[in-house]
Amino acid sequence: MWRKLVLLITMALTVISLAAKVEIFSWWTAGGEAEGLQELFNIFSKLNPGVEIINATVAGGAGAQAKAVLKTRMLGGDPPDTFQVHAGHELIDTWVKMGFMESITFLYKEEGWDKVMPNGILDIVSYNGELWSVPVNIHRANVLWYNKAILDKYGLKAPTNFEEFFKVADTLKSHGIIPLALGSKDGWEAAHAFETVLIGKLGADGYRGLWTGKTKWSDPRVTEALETFAKMLTYVNPDHAAHTWDEACALLVEGKAAMNIMGDWAVGYFYAKNFKDFGWTLAPGNAGIFDALSDSFGLPKGAKNRDTVIAFLKVLGSKEGQTAFNIKKGSIPARTDVDKSLFPEYQRSAMDDWLKHEIVPSVMHGAAASEGWVTEFKDVISLFIARPDVKVTQKALVNIAIGQGVAQ
Amino acid sequence: MKKDRLISILFILPSIILIAIFVYFFIGWTSWVSLVNWKDIFPDFTFVGLRNYARLFQNYRFTISLKNTIVFTALFLVASITLGLLLAILLDRKVRFEGFFRTIYLFPMAVSFVVTGVVWRWILNPGPGGESVGINLLFEKIGLSFLKSGWYTDPKIGIKAVVIAAVWQMSGYVMAMYLAGIRGIPSELYEAAQLDGASTMQVYRHIVLPLLRPITLGAIIILGHISLKIFDLVFAMTGSGIGFSCDVPALFMYDTTFRGNYFSQGAAVAMILLLSVAALIVPYLIYSMRAEVRR
Repeated sequence: MWRKLVLLITMALTVISLAAKVEIFSWWTAGGEAEGLQELFNIFSKLNPGVEIINATVAGGAGAQAKAVLKTRMLGGDPPDTFQVHAGHELIDTWVKMGFMESITFLYKEEGWDKVMPNGILDIVSYNGELWSVPVNIHRANVLWYNKAILDKYGLKAPTNFEEFFKVADTLKSHGIIPLALGSKDGWEAAHAFETVLIGKLGADGYRGLWTGKTKWSDPRVTEALETFAKMLTYVNPDHAAHTWDEACALLVEGKAAMNIMGDWAVGYFYAKNFKDFGWTLAPGNAGIFDALSDSFGLPKGAKNRDTVIAFLKVLGSKEGQTAFNIKKGSIPARTDVDKSLFPEYQRSAMDDWLKHEIVPSVMHGAAASEGWVTEFKDVISLFIARPDVKVTQKALVNIAIGQGVAQ
Repeated sequence: MKKDRLISILFILPSIILIAIFVYFFIGWTSWVSLVNWKDIFPDFTFVGLRNYARLFQNYRFTISLKNTIVFTALFLVASITLGLLLAILLDRKVRFEGFFRTIYLFPMAVSFVVTGVVWRWILNPGPGGESVGINLLFEKIGLSFLKSGWYTDPKIGIKAVVIAAVWQMSGYVMAMYLAGIRGIPSELYEAAQLDGASTMQVYRHIVLPLLRPITLGAIIILGHISLKIFDLVFAMTGSGIGFSCDVPALFMYDTTFRGNYFSQGAAVAMILLLSVAALIVPYLIYSMRAEVRR
């Protein structure tokens, strides 16, 4: 009797270990993101029946916790078959330059992706003339979300520049509404908001130059940005340290706060909460600029299921995969040849802007600078929201840039 | 005799080897990493001496987190020990349902720090825009509105709010230690004191407290090393907090290593944590070893 049972279990285990597998590593666990990922899995399973998908996720906004887990696995020689990584410096500086990735230029050629994705995005997944990852989506970081009902109630229009922003905020404050919702628990949310203020004050070229050395951090426009940000912080919910980004969005949904500066993954959250009464405009002073980041998946060297994972990457880059995923996630496809009419209103407007607006890389989301720089930048701004000392903060920002080898 | 010895060595050999590798080898490895220039995902073993340490003490975030740890440890030790002693003395007064109360006080210890952290994050949440939730709501309802505060979201309180959660969790444990200690005091001593006409206060002052000194020392060691290297409670409850008002070195170590890829700097923080815990434990070990020899 026992012997039979043991035999059965051994056989079952053999069958399981023989079945094809593919392990996908990401930090997509909440609302629309998780639903989007599931859509991709469904398409993959239809095309590759019998392959078991291991959905290795680690929760946490902006991937803070997931990245730590990923690093220990990669350094320990146990890479997942593919993993989520922000296109740009995070992909190139951390993984590609260090020789952890396999080039996937052949996939681009085979599938013709290099013809359907714009240069703005191909550039940031390239290094040494090779392509290194498949961008699944494009997110926009510089969006100001607002609760339509609240603004309508007080006869306000969504602000487009800083002057209007402060006027609107004053009115809202006098009515006891939180003008700007902020969550700063995970440390990156405030730096994210500040990034849009930098863009607003320095413009696309000035902002881009900050990360390459063309713009100095001692620039008086940076001072102005810090001063403006300090003023904006007087309009946020006092308990921001207790909230994560999605809890800040919840303040908008519940009608306690009127505005929120967050990337367009907030849309996925609003859909998931069945909240339809939101409006959007660009963060103050950001007209005509698309602050972009992209989630992408690459091919790590030593992936255990190389063939199956290549099949998965093909789904990620396919028209069908990009459409299904992005509708749920609230982002837009990296491909420009998908059927726009399938998407909800917000994404349609973002898809138009993607082709029209000037594209700048997001720093807080790994596109503009190395991870070390991003971490230090985030820490300085975290301190700034508690002690808004413009002079000290600007000096700290200058020193970080020097430490990163960018002449000031 | 010789064979016995051989066998006993064979039995402990596996654990000696594992501890040698997974504890002592990695301590050595970490101290080496803290002396090199590893600041990218790929190791760079150029020797830089104590430069990482020097930089660390200039780092504003590290200095803040060091100050926070000192505040946290001091408050946590004093509060847990006082509260634990008080509860132990109360329970020792032969109260009814002693077993029931003992279990209640001890229960929080069975919960993991992560659970404690999440629950206290909700309890001490001041609530958005003026409206009260959690403990603030309770204060409002019982007419103690002046006690309402921003708790851990207020940079002036910061880490002190985490102390509340830590004390809630650990004071029951201290109580158990003290209770065992009090119960271990021979009853002759009480009787002798009573014959000499000592009041209850005097009995505690001159007999119980002095005899509990080794237990206090033990509690300081146990709580002290928990609090110096605390990570999970703060991580789950507050994160590094507004303006790093809740930050502790272990959180900084995690951030700088795994977000910033500054592996050498992270290793330097780890070494400083190790040294600070050693400064607490080594004297205790020497003291207890001497006591053993004397016996």
